[in-house]
Amino acid sequence: MKKKLFLIFLIYSILKPSISFSLVEIDITRGNLDPMPISVSPFFSNEDTRDKIDKILNINNLGLEISKVIENNLEKTGLFDAIDKEAFLQKPDIAHLKPRFEDWKLIKSQVLITGKVTSKIINDKDYINVEFKLWDVLGAKMVDGFSLTTTPRSWRRVGHKISDKVYERLTGENGYFDTRIIYVAEEGPKTQRVKKLALMDQDGFNTKYITLGNELVLTPRFNPADDKIITYMSYFKNMPRVYIVNLQTGEQKVVGDFRGMTFAPRFSPDGKKLIMSLAKDGNSEIWVRDLETNIQEKLTDHPSIDTSPSYSPDGKFITFNSDRSGYQQIYVMRSDGSKVKRISFGKGIYGTPVWSPRGDLIAFTKLHKGKFFIGVMRTDGSGERLLTENFYQEAPSWSPNGRIIIFYRETKTDDEGQGFSAKLWSIDLTGYNERLVKTETDASDPSWSSLLGN
Amino acid sequence: MNLSKILKNAFLVVIFGIIVTACATKKSVKTTESTSSSTKAAETQKADPIEKLDALMQGDVYIGSDTVKELASGVPDRVFFATNETILTTASRETLRKQAAWLRQNPNVTVVVEGHADERGTREYNLALGERRANAAKDYLMTYGVSSDRIKVLSYGKERPVDSGSNPLSWSKNRRSVTVKAN
Repeated sequence: MKKKLFLIFLIYSILKPSISFSLVEIDITRGNLDPMPISVSPFFSNEDTRDKIDKILNINNLGLEISKVIENNLEKTGLFDAIDKEAFLQKPDIAHLKPRFEDWKLIKSQVLITGKVTSKIINDKDYINVEFKLWDVLGAKMVDGFSLTTTPRSWRRVGHKISDKVYERLTGENGYFDTRIIYVAEEGPKTQRVKKLALMDQDGFNTKYITLGNELVLTPRFNPADDKIITYMSYFKNMPRVYIVNLQTGEQKVVGDFRGMTFAPRFSPDGKKLIMSLAKDGNSEIWVRDLETNIQEKLTDHPSIDTSPSYSPDGKFITFNSDRSGYQQIYVMRSDGSKVKRISFGKGIYGTPVWSPRGDLIAFTKLHKGKFFIGVMRTDGSGERLLTENFYQEAPSWSPNGRIIIFYRETKTDDEGQGFSAKLWSIDLTGYNERLVKTETDASDPSWSSLLGN
Repeated sequence: MNLSKILKNAFLVVIFGIIVTACATKKSVKTTESTSSSTKAAETQKADPIEKLDALMQGDVYIGSDTVKELASGVPDRVFFATNETILTTASRETLRKQAAWLRQNPNVTVVVEGHADERGTREYNLALGERRANAAKDYLMTYGVSSDRIKVLSYGKERPVDSGSNPLSWSKNRRSVTVKAN
């Protein structure tokens, strides 16, 4: 029944785009949702274009590759089931012009995506133009589409932008595919881990290493207002400090002038401030530094450990964890440090609170009876929901649309101390669709960017 | 015994319970006598497959010598802590007094006290906890006459375990502060 409702809503939303349709209102659970069958036709390109692109990128059928990017993105949501391209009856070029909807109905496809890639030369430079159309098979009409021109090397981003458009159109939610993840790449034995900053596309491609592994680096985080800027903590010269890096220029600077260790950095939603902890003389407090005026200010004042701060999306509040009650618990205060209130009261200890970009939830790590959980609660601490349980996992980070949480998980070693690994995982806010996020090396401390700018 | 007396006794029991609970969850205070509770020890023994744990752990504080090195002849380089604690045990204080005596005899030596945590806590909290542990050791060294400008602290949180095991004994070896010569 629920499935039927979902489909009816979906079709309705396709036909009446002005009425917003939201997945949030529907109980998407493993038990009652069959993924929607969708066909992603290989994007068509003529021989001239194929030859040119092959020379530039060494890819002989870019249209097919772009369709695979889209297919992969949509399938990983758990909401869509991509039909095998072998089953397609219609050729890509004709389908893109005007699909024979009966052919697509026959293979039980409800949605069809078609496209076309054309090479172009503008001011003696090579470009690609990618056109895409989204078709409602049952309604027998085109419901969305766009065309964009970009450099050939950005072809994966084109696939992500199309995926975002399709996702937005079919779910009513903002997309999250044209995004990146910054994380810590790990290698070597557990007692001597080598850690590097690494950046990759949300789907695991285009990995770049930002540091060489000469010093220990931890907890990188994107500036939510500028995806070229990150903050992280480095043990450069054995002085553990918070840094800000411009990924485009490579420029890097230490944040603030603190005697003592600075750690646990995070940007304010507008990117103009940085909150972090300062540990000095056996006490950790939360500080804020205004990155424009360079004024820094202490926000907490307590002999306990106060750390892992995170702003609410409106910038008015900060959530953090403190052991002032005896064990780590989650607190919320106003962003000037006033009105500190404990919000976690369940059994166990709570840490790493991270405010959802939607503002309504706080994701956290919980340790209870020797197990680690990733969970969410409302911002007043009510409605606690544990999404996943494991031997060790922590450091949730939200997708920019607030639907998915990425975190890292470490394995238990055997009696000889062997078998250690650290991997990134993602899970839907619903608690379903838990997935390993593939990385070239072991990985930890993921941070999800906002939708990329240009 | 009348009803009010029973109620009064019950009330006292409740109060007593609250006090006990409050004590059990109190924040760590540097250099107090107690180590950790006996229930913690019982849990640890039950969970750990390794025999003769008694000889290696007291409560959940490591008391063995497996990973311990020498800062100088007869001067152990490290002290161990209970889970989430920064309290120095009797044995830890003895070790630190030896370190302090040696440092007083060698006034040109400077040291870094490295604070560490086990892997059973979140990364950022553990950085803070390591810093707290290193400072607990530093403060004690200062109490015994080593000046603060000779002691730097450096927290590694859970980033540099000495034992890669995932069991209570391994974790107890990793909850430590280590005094390292800096020059």
